[in-house]
Amino acid sequence: MTDLSMPQTQTRSQSATGKIALRWLLYVLLGLFALYYLMPLFVMLTTSLKSLEEIRTGSLISLPREVSFDAWKTAWSGACTGIQCEGLRPYFWNSVLIAVPAVFLSTLIGALNGYVVAQWRFKGANIIFSLMLFGCFIPFQVVLLPMARLLGMMGIAGTIPGLIFVHVIYGLGFTTLFFRNYYVTIPSELTKAARVDGAGFLRIFWSIFLPLSLPIIVVTVIWQFTQIWNDFLFGVSFSQAGTQPVTVALNNIVNSTTGVKEYNVDMAAAIIAGLPTLLVYVVAGKYFIRGLTAGSVKG
Amino acid sequence: MAPILDINKLYKNYGATEILKDINISIEPGDFLVLVGPSGCGKSTLLNCIAGLEEITDGTLAIGGKDMTHVSPKDRDIAMVFQSYALYPTMSVAKNITFGMKVRGVDQATQEAKLNDVASLLQIEPLLNRRPSQLSGGQRQRVAMGRALVRDPKLFLFDEPLSNLDAKLRVEMRTEIKKLHQTLDASIVYVTHDQIEAMTLATKIVVLKGGIVQQIGSPAEIYNNPANLFVADFMGSPAMNLIPAQVTKSGSGAQIVISRDAGETLVLNDARDLSLPEDVILGLRPEDIAEAGFRAGDGVQEAACMVDMVEPAGADTYVVSELGGKQVTARLHAETSAQAGKMLNLAFDMSKVSYFAKETGERLN
Amino acid sequence: MSEWLENHLPKVVLAPSFIAVLIFVYGFIGWTAWVSLTRSKLLPKYEIHGFIQYERLFDSPRWDTAINNLYIFGALFIVIAMVLGLLLAILLDQKIRVEGVIRTVYLYPMALSMIVTGTAWKWILNPGLGIESMVQGWGFPNFEFDWLVNPDYAIYTIVIAAIWQSSGFVMALFLAGLRSVDGEIIKAAQVDGIPTWRIYTAIIIPSMAPIFLSAFIVLAHLAIKSFDLVIALTGGGPGYATDLPATYMYAMAFSRGDIGQAASSAMIMMLVVFAIVVPYLYSELRAKND
Repeated sequence: MTDLSMPQTQTRSQSATGKIALRWLLYVLLGLFALYYLMPLFVMLTTSLKSLEEIRTGSLISLPREVSFDAWKTAWSGACTGIQCEGLRPYFWNSVLIAVPAVFLSTLIGALNGYVVAQWRFKGANIIFSLMLFGCFIPFQVVLLPMARLLGMMGIAGTIPGLIFVHVIYGLGFTTLFFRNYYVTIPSELTKAARVDGAGFLRIFWSIFLPLSLPIIVVTVIWQFTQIWNDFLFGVSFSQAGTQPVTVALNNIVNSTTGVKEYNVDMAAAIIAGLPTLLVYVVAGKYFIRGLTAGSVKG
Repeated sequence: MAPILDINKLYKNYGATEILKDINISIEPGDFLVLVGPSGCGKSTLLNCIAGLEEITDGTLAIGGKDMTHVSPKDRDIAMVFQSYALYPTMSVAKNITFGMKVRGVDQATQEAKLNDVASLLQIEPLLNRRPSQLSGGQRQRVAMGRALVRDPKLFLFDEPLSNLDAKLRVEMRTEIKKLHQTLDASIVYVTHDQIEAMTLATKIVVLKGGIVQQIGSPAEIYNNPANLFVADFMGSPAMNLIPAQVTKSGSGAQIVISRDAGETLVLNDARDLSLPEDVILGLRPEDIAEAGFRAGDGVQEAACMVDMVEPAGADTYVVSELGGKQVTARLHAETSAQAGKMLNLAFDMSKVSYFAKETGERLN
Repeated sequence: MSEWLENHLPKVVLAPSFIAVLIFVYGFIGWTAWVSLTRSKLLPKYEIHGFIQYERLFDSPRWDTAINNLYIFGALFIVIAMVLGLLLAILLDQKIRVEGVIRTVYLYPMALSMIVTGTAWKWILNPGLGIESMVQGWGFPNFEFDWLVNPDYAIYTIVIAAIWQSSGFVMALFLAGLRSVDGEIIKAAQVDGIPTWRIYTAIIIPSMAPIFLSAFIVLAHLAIKSFDLVIALTGGGPGYATDLPATYMYAMAFSRGDIGQAASSAMIMMLVVFAIVVPYLYSELRAKND
């Protein structure tokens, strides 16, 4: 890194004052942008802690006069997602039930695929990989209709296993890509040495590659979890009452037209739905960003 | 006794590209075979074929008298040391060495015993609990050898094992590999692009170029009687002088004429009974050209040559003179009085000359 | 047998994924393409009738709106997010003391679901109690900001929310790019007495061309696939003023029961994505194989 704020060839006092003023301007600008990004979260949080009465009379960005967690309680266990009024809770667990196995399976399969493509190249392996990579980019609208019919034929339409299946299938491209890009950096001599030592395909994966893979496993798990937890398209297309993921339920709560509009409940529900991925981001932001950039810049 | 390694009419193709063509090699137990050649000549591919890491396209391959053409690497009774050492990064040194035995289900006590033997042989006992990342290059090299030694295989394979080391360490390890070979009486196939390594280590050298064997022989044979221009040029440092020349008389006692840009042509006589064509390339190593008076013998002939350049190199002094349009190097004693721009009498040892056909580059004598 | 298995295990392991991709990606694209050429309505029919669905699509005013919206949304979203992302990256590249914290703040929206983002902005932008009433409360009783419910302006609210969500990510991409520029070139320029702003415009930014391309591809891809945000923020309304191709397709597939229209609109979306992504992927893969 090179310091670009180094003073140029100017007289010393001029450059010193100018530099300090510039630094101030810089920090003010950065602070304003930080406010811009934080504002919606702040508004969500304060609104969720206000009473409906206070929301109607007060200002958008004022702090709550009286902090009340009623809206959170309602959002979690009482808000109506249509005709049912059980709050987000059952749908939150649906999302967990979908995300955990789907993340596990797609990561495991992606790791094996990446290992094959990177270390056991055979004729056509690169073509297969390119075809899989391509699948990452299709707009999923193009597979919605046939997938809906297939899930119906398999008898898992509108079920949680059906959604797990869909997420695993369409997550494979990315998980394979992540592991492949990680494993190609490992010298192929390692595989050769292990083969001469008498280890087979699975033994080499298990004893040598898997112990090396922790960083990429973390990146992949975070990426897949965020994708699957935040998914709406598959959730709304392939679920039915009772199996919907939390994003679909949140949208139903917010857009249900019956009764009085409870903004505080909406905001509490939105925060609850966003909390798991937000938490992952705060705890493992480094890996989250690595996944984002790897997923978009393609290694 | 059956050869320890017998390669018969081996071909290797990648798609339409021929990587190795008609390779025939056979070595006896205790041989140290070095495969040498420029990068891309197929020597590493050949080693991988011997190891079974690459399928061969055609031909047969036997190790210890058993056909191994289609046998997987783990059943070939071989051990291999790689250029990058290929140590398992998440395992300790001890686990690296015993991994192969563990995979094969060797019992714990035997593993321990063998590990201790090898560790003391290579003097790596203090390193056994470290990770590869905590080792220096030379230490990694030792561990990689330990992993091979512990197998006690019929055949050791080395794939450029010294090329990642710095110059000083390389010479040390070279000596040690040679010592190991002698103490263990092991059979070794060793790949390198470094012709000095080949000369110092080998009992038998295979020179490869473009997937084709150029010459097989002992280091002395390869050095003194190179089979063609490529081998002559590739083996030896500084390289053999290769001078275009005219043969004016052949048969019993040949007369060779070499043109010079400056000065009169050089005429040399070779007393040997040779039948040579008119145009030849004359090959003479720098050490076979000396200062007049410092070399005696039947074939030695003296001639005055213009010194273009003098390069002192400590023990020797190299003198460069133009002959037949080539910069010809002579290796003189350190105290020579040669001076650039002056004439000097040089002694050519014609009994050491190799002749090559101008068109094909093949050896003629 | 076990010998065969050991030798072919890599292929055996990769095979199920390969077959899955063949069926669920390429097979399904084929199915959708086929159905888009039929008269399918509530149920798919498999008799080819030419491009009738595409004719209907291009005659439909609703699709027309969706495409227009995609132009407006796509252009504004991509340009503003890139400019903002680059600006933030350059500001953050000035040896900022709390860079880590600020970066985290700028980037967290990317971790949120578009539904959450949409819900939040729907509340902030609602005319009755959101920004409009807040500014009015500050003593500007005539202030109006009703874009969310104004058919002519509603699409811009989606731009606002989408930029909030994604600009931090663009910043992260550009920041990585800025950091990868060879420091010696910059030092050489400084020694030559070139002012800082010229170093950026003449040396650093031009050398980041590949990152601009990546960012463009990612943002364009996001824009075309945009679905959740529209659903959560405007529901495609008022009327169908904020429809995008993705919401049009969904409406046709699942509420209007017009499979032919759904298939043909999905195919158009895919063609647009391919037109952008294929040249990029092709050049990337080729560059890597060389």
